[in-house]
Amino acid sequence: MNTASSATASAVPPRSGSRAWAKFRRNRTAMLGAAIVLAFVVLAILASVLANYDPLKVNFLAVRKPPSHMYWLGTDELGRDIYSRMLFGARASLMVGLVSVLIAIAAGVPFGLMAGYFEGWIDGAISRVTEALLAIPFLILAIALAAFLGPSLVNAMIAIGVSAAPKFTRLTRGQVLAVKNEDYVQGARALGASDLRIIVRHVLPNVMPPLIVQATITIATSIIAEASLSFLGLGLQPPNPSWGSMLNTAKNFMNQAPWMSVFPGAAIFLAVLGFNLLGDGLRDALDPRQEK
Amino acid sequence: MLRLILRRVLVAIPTLILVSMMVFMLQKILPGDPVLAMAGEERDPAVMNYLREKYHLNDPLPVQYAAWVGQILHGDLGKSLRTDVPVKKLIADKLPVTTQLSVMAMIFALILGIPSGIIAAVRKGTAVEMGANMAALSGMSIPSFWLGIILILVVSVHWHLLPASGYVPLSEDFWLSLKTLLMPAFVLSLAIAAYLMRHTRSAMLEALSADYVRTARAKGVPAYKVVLRHALRNALMPIVTLVTLLLGELLAGAVLTEQVFTIPGFGKLIVDSVFNRDYAVVQGVVLCVAAGFIALNLLADVLYIVVNPRLRHS
Repeated sequence: MNTASSATASAVPPRSGSRAWAKFRRNRTAMLGAAIVLAFVVLAILASVLANYDPLKVNFLAVRKPPSHMYWLGTDELGRDIYSRMLFGARASLMVGLVSVLIAIAAGVPFGLMAGYFEGWIDGAISRVTEALLAIPFLILAIALAAFLGPSLVNAMIAIGVSAAPKFTRLTRGQVLAVKNEDYVQGARALGASDLRIIVRHVLPNVMPPLIVQATITIATSIIAEASLSFLGLGLQPPNPSWGSMLNTAKNFMNQAPWMSVFPGAAIFLAVLGFNLLGDGLRDALDPRQEK
Repeated sequence: MLRLILRRVLVAIPTLILVSMMVFMLQKILPGDPVLAMAGEERDPAVMNYLREKYHLNDPLPVQYAAWVGQILHGDLGKSLRTDVPVKKLIADKLPVTTQLSVMAMIFALILGIPSGIIAAVRKGTAVEMGANMAALSGMSIPSFWLGIILILVVSVHWHLLPASGYVPLSEDFWLSLKTLLMPAFVLSLAIAAYLMRHTRSAMLEALSADYVRTARAKGVPAYKVVLRHALRNALMPIVTLVTLLLGELLAGAVLTEQVFTIPGFGKLIVDSVFNRDYAVVQGVVLCVAAGFIALNLLADVLYIVVNPRLRHS
C-alpha cells in the first residue's frame, strides 16, 4: 500500500468495499478482465440485434465459405453464418457459466456453513462426502452426470454445478472455522442470537470475499466444462449453437474449413481468460491474505 | 511421524468406501436398462428374467453392493456388458497409454512451469513477471481440445512434422511412440504448467523475503546461489506435494486430449463406455481413477510429512 492511501486509512477508515474497489481499479490486468467479460455480456445480450443472419438458417448455396464481407467469420458445413452463431453461442456459454456457479453455490455453501459452524459428527459426515466427491475428477464426474441426465443445456448446467459444489463446501467450511471464534460471532451468541441468525447475519457476510473470488474462477471453469461437454456431444444439442458444439463439427472439416474451428475456440479462450483475470484481480482486492 | 502417517491413511479409508458407494449408485441411476440391451430384439421376458437373475439385478441394493465390493476385493471388476472383455483387462490395456501420456505431460509442465515461476519471482514487478503471469493465465484458459485441433492443423497437416493422431507402444517403436505423444502431451501439460508456475512464483516470493535469504545475501553469497540453493530448496517443498496432486488432474485432463488425438487410453475408454452405456466399464474406470486420486492425495500428504523436518521429528 502506498503512503498516501495508508495516511487516509489511518485518518478516516473508509468502508472496506470502497478500498477494495480502489485497489481493483488500479489493477490493470483486472480491469482488462472486467472489460473482456463486459464485452461478452453485451454481445450475448444484443445477440439478436447484432447478428447478420438467423443462426439456424441453412443455406446450401453458401456452404463452408471463408470469411468475407458477407460472412464476417465464414460459414459452416450447412452454410450457416458463423459470426451469428457465435453471438448466440456466447449466450449459451455465459448462461451455463452463471447458472452452474449458482447451482454450485446453492448446493455447496450451506453444507460448508453447517460443517464449519457445528463441527462434530455433522462436520465429519459432510467432510467425508465432500472428500469422496472431490476424489472423482471434476470433468469425469460432470461427464458421468451429464450422460445420466441426458444431453441438453440444462442438464449440462446441473452436471457442472453439482460437480463444482464440493469445492465450495470445502472452501466455506475452512472460512467458517476461521471466523467463528471472532469476537463479533461470540458477541452475537452472548446476546442470545439463534444459530441460524448467527450463520446468516454474522458468519456468511464475513466469508463472502473468498467465495466471490471462487465463484468468478468457477465461471471460467464452467465455461470450459460446458464447451468440453458440448464438444463430446453431451451439452447443447444441434442445431442450437454453442461454442463447444461448433468445435465438435468443425473438427471434421479442420483441413477444408479451418475458420470453423479457429473462431469459436478463440471465443472460449478469451471469455475464460476474462473471467480468470477478473478472479485474480478480485482476489488481490478482496482477499489480501491469499497470495495467488 | 509414523503416527501422523497412520492417521492420514486411516482417514482415507472411509473416503474410499464412500466413493465406492457413489460409483455403485452411479450404475443404478445411469439411464437405460442393460438387460434390454443384452436381451436382443425379441426381449423375451424369460430371457430377461434369466439375465436379471444371472447378474443378480433382482437382489436388494445393499446385497448387490456387498457382492460387488466382495468381487472387487478379489480383484474382479466385472466384465464389459458389450464386449464381455473383463474390465480389469481393459484397464490394464489402457492404463500404460495414459500413464505414458501423463508422465510426458508432467515433464513438459515441470520444464515450463518451475523455471518461469522462479524467474517471475526474481524479476518481481517487471514486465517479465507480468508476461509470465499472463502466459500462465492463458495456459489455464485455453481449451485443450481447441489447441489440439489447431496444432494438428498446423504441425501435422501443413508442416507434416508430427503424426496427427494414434498411439504406438513404447516397446514397438520407442522414438515413434514419443513422437506420436509429443503434441498431446504438450497440450495436456499447459494447464498444469500454469499452476506450477503460479505456485512456484508465490512460494519463491515467500522464500526470497525470508530472513535466511537476507542473511545469505548479507554474507555476500552470489545472487544465483541465493536463489537456487537457499530460496528454491525451501520453496520446492509445497511444490513436491502439488506435483503429486496434479498427476491426478492429468488423468482427468487426458479425457479430452485423448478424444482429440484419438489415443486409445483411459480417457477415451471412459467416454466410449459412457456413450455405449457400458456401466461395468464406467464403474470400474471411475472407481480406479478415484482410488488412484485418493492414493495420490495420501502420497502427497505423506511426502509433505517426510520432506518437512518439523513434522518428521514430531
